Parts: sequence; C-alpha cells; structure tokens
Amino acid sequence: MEVTPIKRTKFSLVLTALLALGGGVAMGMGASAPVLADDDPWQDIHRDVFDNREIIENDGVVELEAPYRAEDAAVVPLTMRLPASAGDVKRLTLIIDKNPAPVAASFIFGEAAGKGDRMLSTRVRVDMYSNIRAIAETADGKLHMATKFVKASGGCSAAASKDADEALANLGKMQIRTFQDAQAKDRSPALREAQVMIRHPNFTGMQMDQISRQYTPMKIVQEMDVTRDGERIFKMEGGISISENPNFRFTFAPGSEDAIEVTATDSDGRIFTASSARKAS
Amino acid sequence: MVRRPQFERRFREYFLGLKLLFALASSFAFTSPGEALEALPVKEVSPGVFVHQGRYELFTPRNSGDTSNAGFIIGRDGVAVVDTGGSPRVGAALLAAIRERTSLPVLYVINTHMHPDHIFGNAPFEAENPQFVGHAKLPWALAARAERYLGINRELLGEAFDGTRILPPTKLVKDRLELDLGDRKLLVEAHPTAHTDNDVTVFDEETGTLFLGDLLFARHIPALDGSIKGWLTLIDALATRTDVKRAIPGHGPEQMPWPSAIAAEKRYLAKITDEVRAMIKEGRTLAEAARTAGLSEKDAWLLFKEYHARNVSAAFAELEWE
Repeated sequence: MEVTPIKRTKFSLVLTALLALGGGVAMGMGASAPVLADDDPWQDIHRDVFDNREIIENDGVVELEAPYRAEDAAVVPLTMRLPASAGDVKRLTLIIDKNPAPVAASFIFGEAAGKGDRMLSTRVRVDMYSNIRAIAETADGKLHMATKFVKASGGCSAAASKDADEALANLGKMQIRTFQDAQAKDRSPALREAQVMIRHPNFTGMQMDQISRQYTPMKIVQEMDVTRDGERIFKMEGGISISENPNFRFTFAPGSEDAIEVTATDSDGRIFTASSARKAS
Repeated sequence: MVRRPQFERRFREYFLGLKLLFALASSFAFTSPGEALEALPVKEVSPGVFVHQGRYELFTPRNSGDTSNAGFIIGRDGVAVVDTGGSPRVGAALLAAIRERTSLPVLYVINTHMHPDHIFGNAPFEAENPQFVGHAKLPWALAARAERYLGINRELLGEAFDGTRILPPTKLVKDRLELDLGDRKLLVEAHPTAHTDNDVTVFDEETGTLFLGDLLFARHIPALDGSIKGWLTLIDALATRTDVKRAIPGHGPEQMPWPSAIAAEKRYLAKITDEVRAMIKEGRTLAEAARTAGLSEKDAWLLFKEYHARNVSAAFAELEWE
C-alpha cells in the first residue's frame, strides 16, 4: 500500500491517539472495576462452599488486611482479625476468588484460641486481580464476611517456587516462635502471639515438566493441628493457594506452660510434628 | 496491519528532528506480519559484540516489551544471540539488526534466565533453527510459570504480544558449556540460585565481554526472584574475576566497567538483607517489612516503587529460615 508521507503521518497520529485512548480506557477498567458479573466466580463459590447460606458483609465480626497489590505473587501476606465483640467464632474460611482452587484454607478454632481480640496471619499465592474473602462462622451458625480486592503484581512475578530444589531438600522442617510483644498487653483478655512455619514446597501439581512431559504431582500441607498445652488453638485445612513454606502467625489464650505443639499432614501422607520449649520467650 | 508502537517511535524521532522528513516517511511503510521490520538499534561494544539497550520501563503496549538488554556476537561461522527481548516484535527487530550486519546463520539463542522480558522474543528465531541454550533448571522454571506469563503479559503488552510462544531450551547447561562460533569461543556458565534459580552468564573470551543477564542491574532497581543470599554470594565471586574487561547488564547501559558496575546492586541487596534480618529478629512481620525496609535506597533506582516491596517480601520469606 502506498500513501504519501504527509497523509501517513496524519493518519497514524489520529490512529495512535485513538488506540492510546482505547487502550487507556480498557486498562483503567481492568484496574478499578472489580470483576464483571459474567466472570465473577463468587456466585459459584457461594453455592459450592457455603450452600448459598446468607452471608452478612462487613458487620465487624471479621476484618481482613491485605496489601493493595500482590507485590510478590508467591507470598502475599493476609491478616484476619476477630475482635473481642465477635464472640465465639468456630471457623474461618479464606477464599481467593480467582485462584484455581478458591478455598485457600479453613481454620477451625478450639478452646485455646481464646475470646479476646484474635488475629491470624498467613501468606497466599495470588496470580490474578482477585477478590479475597475472610468468612467467619460464629457459634450461632451465622456467616460474616470481609472482602478485599488485591491487584496482581507485574508481568515477571509468578506464584511459583523460587527454588523448588531448596524447598524439597528441607521438607518438613518446622519452626515455632512465641512472641512477648507490646501489642499483647493491649488485648483484652491478654492473648499471646506465636508463629508456626513449615518447610514445604506446597506444589500445586499443575505444572508440566517440559523435558519429561510429566505433570508434577500435587504436594501440599493438607492439615495442621496447633495446640497449646494439649488444647487446640486451631486446625487448618489447606489447599494449593497457601504459599510455599506455609507460615501462620496467630494469637492464643495463655496456659500454664504455653507449650505449642504442631502436627502437620501432607498430601503424600507424611506427618510432621514439632513443639516449642515450655514457657518459651 | 498497522503496528502502533512503531508509529509512535517514529513520531518522537520526527519531532526531535532526529531524522529528515523524507527518511521518516520512507520508514513509515505499513508492515504486515512476515514483512521485514525496522532493525533494533544496537551498539558494537567491542569487535563483533553488539548490544541493544532496552528502556527502563515495565511492559506496556507502547514499548512493545523493549524493556531489557539483548545482544549478539558474530563469529566466523555464525551468530550467538544473548536474550531476545520481551516480545516477538522485539525479537524480530533484533533479528533484523543481525541481518543488517551478517548473513551468517544464528547458531545459538541463549536465554540468560526465565523472565518474559528476556525470552518472549524467542519465537522469530525458531525459523533460523538455532540451538536454544539455557540453564538446566530453565525448562522447569518456565513450565511452572507459563500459564501466568502468557496470561498476564497478553494484557500488559497488547498486540506486541501476538505470536508469543514460550520456547524452552534445547541445550541445557548444568555447569559450563563452551559454544564455538569458529574463531571465537563463548563460555556459558550456570549459576546457583541468585536473581532466579536459572541464571546463566555468557563470556566472550576474545574480547573479555561478560553478559550477566539480570545478575547485573544498573539504574533499573534489581528484581529478586531467587535467593538474596545466593545473589550476594555470587556477586562477591564474580567481582573477583580479572578476565572481565566489560560487563553487559540485563538492564542498564550497553556496557559497564568491571567490577565497579555491580557495586550499587550489591549495596542495595546488602541493605535489604541487613534491615530485613533485624526486623525478623524483632518479631516484625513480612507486611511491615514490605512497607518500611530499605526505603533509604528509594532515590538510587528507577522503578523503585514497582519492585522494591516485592524484593523485600521475597527476601523476608527467605531470611526468616536462617
């Protein structure tokens, strides 16, 4: 096609402007509008996971803290808070709408979780722009939800393992830490804070090895029971959205010894156990 | 088909008076897929060694994924390419730059690591039938990320993404591999986990030119997607090399003096390591660290806001296991 130089210039200037405008509008929509109704997976999740039961939104029973953007798609920190006013919470479910398996984890609380201002943090994989939801089930059977929209990170970041060999080499190694922090004094009644970490690749099982053409089998921590002096703080039932090297930081009601014990089971049936020193500091 | 980013680039050059109107107009030919593309500008940093400097930007439709450095080395028998840019469009323009200088076959396409801005330009080279060379861990790293990389970057790149395919290496480097271009030898070395778990460097012995891929960032903030401890260890080892006359960063100027080129990156990574370690010791959280650690480095780098919190998050998740 031959056009004179000047005409080409004008034509492409207009075209450039139009395309830039179109692109800008499209990008803007993608960034600000949560999700279009058509591809909003929440209705299906609500039906499949909660049997379409009524869910009360933003009534303060559960709060969710999430970063504005998933900085590192592989380790996105999330904190769920249950204020003292929330009363007895039996179960907390963490949902990432757009992840391949939206139920990231469920936490079933025991007596040692305590009754005051409770907190539970973990890290998850977030590949796409997604709503993230924390849903608390109170003792009266009601469901309460807090939702945060998290933007995806850049084009080079992925939720995959940064060093799969390293993660496998140390499989099952655990660390338990309890904290004597200043925040605990402000809680009523005073709860303590602890952290449990386990070395585990938490492979999602969806990647094909391009040399062997084999799919890696899923290898995840499926269950983790955490107790204080033999009383349950929580039991976690986890899925593939929990980050590699699962990490949980949480409050608990102090006991006589404050000995934290952890039993974790992975999808290969391996059982890992660890316990903190008594009256750890 | 109209190729928008080329038009925009032409316009800037026009208004800057960089080209005469006639030259501008003649370069405005409407191109369709398959037609010859405008060659990527490259600089001959030493005899037979050419480098294209990418922009200090994230992927946008406007830059077509031209955001990283790419290079090639011409030997007696053929050409070796080191990284192919962030889209088939950039890869094709790199190939056009090679063809302006030689008709020798492209024998090797070396990808320094898995990231899209260094590997998405591979597809146009397939017709040259080269060996694609990469770290032994590159196939797995790509497999684990392919879906995400193809999904998100289609949005980020717009039509420059068209034709993107992830081509894994056909020749793997576990430790060292020597490539022969006839009259010059290239040494490809696989490294332990640092920037990623699949970094290789390419050394042209004849000119003492070391392509570091993203083991070396300059001006562009380093991006951590491997191991911060491994990266710092590797920097110390590489900095002792006296056979290196010039370094080619994955992001930065076309060439840099060695080892001074890597001092700023080392300072940045060491600072994050120190501050994150201290926060872990105090019982602070990953989220707190991502907001507060290493902020004194803010003015030293381009794209700080885009990468820094991510670097701190990755460093925290690694260092808490010490």
